[in-house]
Amino acid sequence: MSERAQAVGGPIFTRPVRLFAALFAVGLLMILWRLFAGLGATTALSDGYPWGLWIAFDVVVGTALACGGYAVGLLVYILNRGRYHPLIRPAILTSALGYTIAGISVFLDIGKPWIIWKVPLFVWSWNLNSALLEVALCIMSYMFVLWIELSPAFLEKLAEGPESGVKRFAQKTLPVMDKALLWIMGLGLLLPTMHQSSLGSLMVLSGPKLHPLWWSPFLPLLFLVSCIAMGYAAVVFESTLSTRFFGRRPETEMLAGLSGAMLPVLGGFLVLRFGDLAFRGKLALAFAFSRFALAFWIEIALTALPLVLLAPAARRRDPGNLFRAAMSMMLAGAVYRFNTYLVAYRPFDDVHYFPSVPELLITLGLVSLEIVGYVAIVKLFPIIGGAPERATAHS
Amino acid sequence: MQVNRRLVFKTFAAAGAAAVAKGTAEARVRPTAAPDAMGLLYDTTRCIGCKACVVACRQANDTKPETGNSPGGIWDTPMDLDGDTKTVIRLYKSADGAQWSYFKAQCMQCVDPACTNACMLGALKKRPGEHGIVSYDASKCIGCRYCQMACPFNIPKFQWTSNWPGIVKCELCRHRVQGAALTKSGGFSHYPAGHGPGCAEVCPRQAVIYGTREELLAEAKRRMAESPGRYVDKIYGEFDGGGTQCLYLSHVPFDKLRLPTLSNDPVPDVQQTIQHGIYQGFVAPVALYGLLTAVIWKNRKNPPPSSGAGEKGAPS
Amino acid sequence: MASTSYAPATAAAGSFSSVDRRDFLKVCTLAFAAIGLPYEAAAKAAQVVAAKKLKPSVIWLHFQECTGCTESLLRTSHPDVAELILDLISLDYCETLFAAAGHQAEAALKKAMADNAGKYVLVIEGAIPTKEDGIYCQIGGRTAMQIARDCAEKAGAIISIGSCASWGGIPSADPNPTGATGAPMILKGKTVVTIPGCPANPYNLLGTVLQYVTFGTLPALDEKNRPKFAYGRTIHEQCPRRPHFDAGRFVQKFGDENARLGYCLYKIGCKGPATHANCSVQHFGEVPDAWPIGIGHPCFGCTEQALAFRVALHDTVDIDRAMPPATYPPIQAAQGHISPVATGIAGVIGGALLGAGIAASRKLGGPPPDKTTGAGKEA
Repeated sequence: MSERAQAVGGPIFTRPVRLFAALFAVGLLMILWRLFAGLGATTALSDGYPWGLWIAFDVVVGTALACGGYAVGLLVYILNRGRYHPLIRPAILTSALGYTIAGISVFLDIGKPWIIWKVPLFVWSWNLNSALLEVALCIMSYMFVLWIELSPAFLEKLAEGPESGVKRFAQKTLPVMDKALLWIMGLGLLLPTMHQSSLGSLMVLSGPKLHPLWWSPFLPLLFLVSCIAMGYAAVVFESTLSTRFFGRRPETEMLAGLSGAMLPVLGGFLVLRFGDLAFRGKLALAFAFSRFALAFWIEIALTALPLVLLAPAARRRDPGNLFRAAMSMMLAGAVYRFNTYLVAYRPFDDVHYFPSVPELLITLGLVSLEIVGYVAIVKLFPIIGGAPERATAHS
Repeated sequence: MQVNRRLVFKTFAAAGAAAVAKGTAEARVRPTAAPDAMGLLYDTTRCIGCKACVVACRQANDTKPETGNSPGGIWDTPMDLDGDTKTVIRLYKSADGAQWSYFKAQCMQCVDPACTNACMLGALKKRPGEHGIVSYDASKCIGCRYCQMACPFNIPKFQWTSNWPGIVKCELCRHRVQGAALTKSGGFSHYPAGHGPGCAEVCPRQAVIYGTREELLAEAKRRMAESPGRYVDKIYGEFDGGGTQCLYLSHVPFDKLRLPTLSNDPVPDVQQTIQHGIYQGFVAPVALYGLLTAVIWKNRKNPPPSSGAGEKGAPS
Repeated sequence: MASTSYAPATAAAGSFSSVDRRDFLKVCTLAFAAIGLPYEAAAKAAQVVAAKKLKPSVIWLHFQECTGCTESLLRTSHPDVAELILDLISLDYCETLFAAAGHQAEAALKKAMADNAGKYVLVIEGAIPTKEDGIYCQIGGRTAMQIARDCAEKAGAIISIGSCASWGGIPSADPNPTGATGAPMILKGKTVVTIPGCPANPYNLLGTVLQYVTFGTLPALDEKNRPKFAYGRTIHEQCPRRPHFDAGRFVQKFGDENARLGYCLYKIGCKGPATHANCSVQHFGEVPDAWPIGIGHPCFGCTEQALAFRVALHDTVDIDRAMPPATYPPIQAAQGHISPVATGIAGVIGGALLGAGIAASRKLGGPPPDKTTGAGKEA
């Protein structure tokens, strides 16, 4: 397990990557359209639903799925489970990409993207009561923190390159980074704790407009727990696919252990969720005949499914089963967040929202960009461990 | 490892408990309406639906009429408050048509608004010397629309058709007030003609009047006492959602007029209590950061037995 | 009295006593009410005129026109504005009303101009042709342009009455063979009060003249130099049929049932919403409903250069500043819409993801393949 991560190598623009690049190109056209034509012309957003797909999916779900770095970081650095260390770098890469995508989405979603710089720089105007300000500042800084955390991977590659100024820089910077990373890693764990919980706090303010099955003073805690579960699931998902695809040794042992760690998190989430509902006396609403109740039970079923799938320790070593559990868990978190931000948000009765074609295509394009970015970085830089048995056979 | 884990859980628990305890013990200080807080009083029984207020609002705020909904574009027909419309007269009719009422919608100028707690840079804010009006500063608005998500009355509207959009909502004609002296006449605080809220100035039946919140409450109570049985026995906005500066008297139940049923607690109370509980003086995040760094540092010194001895501390 | 009014104006001058004081006060009040001056002002005007026997000299020029403005002035009935204005002023030159002709008339003009230099009121009726140096309208061998410039030189106030004098009116309609234009365009640099209309409402002239006579000032003017008291609002704003507009009740074609019911004429071309004039409140000749909309015809925008004789009679105009109709938005308007294309695309994406996920999880059961072809979607 302690073997060094290695660049996968090989051509980047394989056929599937070209497909995703094409999807991104379509998304890029839509992005230009949105920037020139404005939000009203390109999105299905309205005064009834001011926040739509980009916030609910790209930001709220996207950053939670990008919490792999956070979740594994907690495990490795705080709970000192060193054996999961090889999972860290790919997890941080997915996190960095995910947060970058979220940042782009926010840029597109706000009305005046060209003055987004005012948020971090207008310190004297900061409204310290605003949960969104905290989220915005946290996400902005965390994006930088993630890329810095990932920088050793780039520096290592450069340090091995041909003799040049860049190489000398890389060689000099690496040890400095090594020391500085302690402080950066602390931030890398603090910031998600803050903003993932605050993503929940955001909707606490919408209280009267949120369905009581979702509105809760415990939203911050629920969001924090759900992001950790989603982060683990995303790591399992990503690792399974990448080892498989790049012909690396499967990390099933590690993933099995990881999924074991997920059980208490998921269980905790369910206990918290039902406990909160019972405590607030809103549990009965879950048994009402309504689409809210339906959405609620879909969410609960998807959360409970991995618990069932992963309960027997032996089944955690079945990669297919692991993968299914991870998918279910990611989906559960996504549905929970979607429900909170869109389904349960009912400002009044006669209000409708479904993302418009440009909204969908931009989100699809950005996810495609993330995939292309992942493949390219993994092939060029030492991210993934578990080099193939026939070392460097691929090239 | 065991020690670490326990330590971490303990600390997290302690931090959480402290936050919650702090939150409950030190409940947030609720803002109250200043004595000079200005507002409107709308009375459904007096409104004749002439829409003079809608037209006056357009003129006072120089908003452009919305002709898109009318055939041939010959009428100004906003369907609701929107990026060009700060007030509108709606019509409520019960299914059998027996019960009906007009309803004037505009910003409620909450005593403790959700929007001002949502806004990142304070574009929406109660600024000193503005009589408690929730005023808007476009230069500080980046168009995030969190105020729209937050407002329980769905008042702030976004300029969807613009490519440099901001938020539009009633600001009680604060731009007309500048330099005008407030005088007291007939029991109400008044600006010189042409300087007060446009809608209230033109109303032919005093269905919407302006004054300080206290004056308006007194007037509402006077009207209720004068005509027993005429009104629903409640002044909407006296306590609802922590109180609003714009108040309503109605002869039909307020929920029929789609005024939300709110508790008497200010809408932002819960969120602000949580957030300020956690982030009071930023102590908890700093402490957590210190703790996390310390644990990471300690773990790097003592790598777990299961991991390779030569492993780098960096996320490699 | 009726016979005296058709005598030469110079002869009629001085017969102020033929109008009794009460009638005079009535007209002054009416005219001043139109300008928006209070009753006291009307009383003062009557007093000033009666006491000082102040009779300003008026020179009335006729150019390219139909004399309709003069006719409508003369046809005002009760009280007899024509007589009043003739008694009130000293009409020193007016081709329509003059008994004199030829050199005699020209001499009267010259004398009036010399006697009252800097004080007389110049009223111009009719367009002024400019093509070929204005040869299309000549009087006594001089072109309209020359006459207008000469007379304006020493005028105390200049009023162009009617649309023709204001900007060209009918003579200036396409293709405008004579290059007809209005007095303000010829008399650049001078304040020319325009009282457009086809014909102009006599009360608007009277109000303007009375104010000048009494106070020596001109009424407030808009950017087209029209007195604001008469042209400050649109016909639409004060139209007696306005409620039908607000309620959406329109005449669909001439003579239909809706026309008989007196519905709004907007859809058959009424220019009221874009026409600034007071016809809707100040009917012609004091005859109730004597104005286009009053007799069931759409306003044709005679006071607006951009409309009359330029926009087809039955074309509709844009609403200047739209106002709310007589309907109301619901207590809760719907928000947002759902595009079926978008739901379709979302369905395809969702289905593809789910399918790929399930397929991938199936394949993961066995040992990892050597080749990379069996990968799921993360490629």
